[in-house]
Amino acid sequence: MLKLHEKLKERWPENVVELHDFRGDETAVIKPEALLRLANFIKRDSQFDMNVLMDLTAVDGLALKWNPRFEVVYHFFSTAKNHRLRLKVRVEEETPTVSSLTEIWPVANWFEREVWDMFGIRFEGHPDLKRILMYEEFSGHPLRKDYPYNKRQPLIGPKN
Amino acid sequence: MKGNEGTGFFTSTINDMIGWARKYSIFQYPFVTACCGMEYMATACSHYDVDRFGAGLPRFSPRQSDVLFVVGTISHKLAPVLKQIYDQMTDPKWVVAFGVCTCTGGFYDNYATVMGIDTLIPVDVYIPGCPPRPENVLDGLIKLQEKIQKQKQEY
Amino acid sequence: MTTTPEIKKTRTESMLINVGPSHPAMHGIVRIIAELDGEKIVSSDVEIGYLHRAFEKSAEQGGYLQVIPYTDRLNYVSPLINNVGYCLAIEKLFGLEITERAKYIRVIMSEISRVTDHLTCIGASAMELGAFTVFLYMIKAREFLYELIEDVTGARLTISYTRVGGVKADLPQGFGDKCRNAIEETRKILKEVDELLTRNRIFVDRMKDVGIISRENALAYGITGPFLRSTGVDYDVRRATPYLVYDRFDFEIPVGEHGDNYDRYLCRMEEMEQSMRIVEQALHGMPEGPVLLDTEGNVIPAGEMADQGKRGLIEGLTGQTAAVDPTLEGAHKQNYAGIETDNKRIALPPKEDTYTNIEGLMNHFKMMMMGHGIRPPKGEVYFPVEGANGELGFYVVSDGTDKPYRVRVRPPCFVIMAALPLMINGSMFADIVPTFGSINMIGGEMDR
Repeated sequence: MLKLHEKLKERWPENVVELHDFRGDETAVIKPEALLRLANFIKRDSQFDMNVLMDLTAVDGLALKWNPRFEVVYHFFSTAKNHRLRLKVRVEEETPTVSSLTEIWPVANWFEREVWDMFGIRFEGHPDLKRILMYEEFSGHPLRKDYPYNKRQPLIGPKN
Repeated sequence: MKGNEGTGFFTSTINDMIGWARKYSIFQYPFVTACCGMEYMATACSHYDVDRFGAGLPRFSPRQSDVLFVVGTISHKLAPVLKQIYDQMTDPKWVVAFGVCTCTGGFYDNYATVMGIDTLIPVDVYIPGCPPRPENVLDGLIKLQEKIQKQKQEY
Repeated sequence: MTTTPEIKKTRTESMLINVGPSHPAMHGIVRIIAELDGEKIVSSDVEIGYLHRAFEKSAEQGGYLQVIPYTDRLNYVSPLINNVGYCLAIEKLFGLEITERAKYIRVIMSEISRVTDHLTCIGASAMELGAFTVFLYMIKAREFLYELIEDVTGARLTISYTRVGGVKADLPQGFGDKCRNAIEETRKILKEVDELLTRNRIFVDRMKDVGIISRENALAYGITGPFLRSTGVDYDVRRATPYLVYDRFDFEIPVGEHGDNYDRYLCRMEEMEQSMRIVEQALHGMPEGPVLLDTEGNVIPAGEMADQGKRGLIEGLTGQTAAVDPTLEGAHKQNYAGIETDNKRIALPPKEDTYTNIEGLMNHFKMMMMGHGIRPPKGEVYFPVEGANGELGFYVVSDGTDKPYRVRVRPPCFVIMAALPLMINGSMFADIVPTFGSINMIGGEMDR
């Protein structure tokens, strides 16, 4: 009986780069070009039936010297089959871009805005990519490892 | 003898009376943002009643209130809003910094938090605590009332 | 001969209204920009981020245990659920099983937190509709539970109670009776509130058929928790992937039908009752902790024992038992076996050991100082917990050192706010208030 991430590799062997199963969390690393196709597949296929996109986030691998630097992480869940899957996509540092999943799961709209705000990763096909957590004139992407934690911001009013 | 900046008996009594009236009729504007809001709610409700001090009616409009309770962390995105609300309030007005995030920033020493609202607006009473117990809040309120009583009233 | 009056053609355009960041709905700060045509909302936009306090970046600065106070302030009306979720994620990284008694304690405290969350939500949303009495009653009930939490953890709101491997201190003596009293009082208040609100004409008219969301939309937006259950989908993390000891308890999951505000109100009221049932069952089935401290000889305070030992007066100490300060009550060495795992690389030693012998001191040093500390294996985990608003997930990436590499919170009310325009478009402007109240948006969780 194949597990979920192994079934994905069996169906798309050239697009799935790595598999692991640390502590029972089935994870597959896929190629960025294949993201939309695979996302459509896991939503429609009856064995996967992933109707909920639980979480969309990113990890900056600068301190661990990852190459490519960023990794966008997707968590999927199926209410009917009660199983989970994690997909990861590796993106490089110069103009990082990934396709947007807003057409398939509308909640990706806000999650992708947050990843753009915090990491600077662009999403192609996103209707309105603007900052969501920081104020609009903010410059920089805070969750990157090279952004200092206690950086002071210019304020209106007296000096900070 | 050196008295209240040269005011006589009559004007100082008027001052005291107005101070007495103002301190027992506080209309607060609760600018609630974060976790301290829960302790603010607890202080305002029946267990640790704040109504017995005359401060029980929150007015949710800055034009109708005189004490601005800044409750909870202020981030850089919210700072212009706070300044605007302070400017909209009419004199006499007082500001209470409720919770340590408004006093000095708390343990949020990061890129997104204002390190104390006294960088933006003048503050009268600081109530530290994360969150302060309701008894602390009542103590702060009593100190504010003493301050209102003693200050030179403008009218 | 009648002449029909000419109706002057007036030009209408829609009006943009800003329900600003600081507004009387005491739920937190959110800005809703609504475009109105008369009284109907044509389109709306939601702007968040006013309480961004950089939780995820702060978690990367210190050790694993230093993140726990930051997690308290995420969902500040039910802080214990956040603590428990984070510690469960780290324990999954280690592959660690905690003791039975610690699991039961965590379940009891989580359910009490869930009740306080729902009390606050219903109280505040009823107050905005004008029922101020309900708010006062709910906060009174919440005070009973806060006293209970204070007896166990020492603080009312920001408790930092759980540790990786267990909890900080055991339940005090007499907790069972106090808890049952508090539950009884809460049940009385809930019954009164039920009589006040559930069949109240005004309340029902304002909440029924308002803020409707369909099942497909709710799933497409990733909404979970009482929100999703009010649309008819029976998904609860405690049933789907049981964690701690939830699979031993008998509780029901209330599921609604219409997906409107009234169903959400009913779901929350019923969930409070079910949570109290779980607490009663847990109190009944909890494995026993040590009741009597068996002491041989005299009991002297541990600090004094350490002082005397430093001065070399060791003969007088034989046969004495060290006792910790009353402020650390529940953390005695005898209780420790019941509430913390005995893995020395993960759990802090009991205070008597830290103060009185060198192995305990070195153990404590190795766990606390910068550069040392607990070191999970390299890897990543995602652990979902049932928060009061839905699925609260913690995604932790560890690189083998003592600082977390990345901690991500999956916020349940973030996705609900993303779906807010769907719920208010097409309805009246005054319907924003009950809809927003029933969402139970907590700023600390949404903006982190």
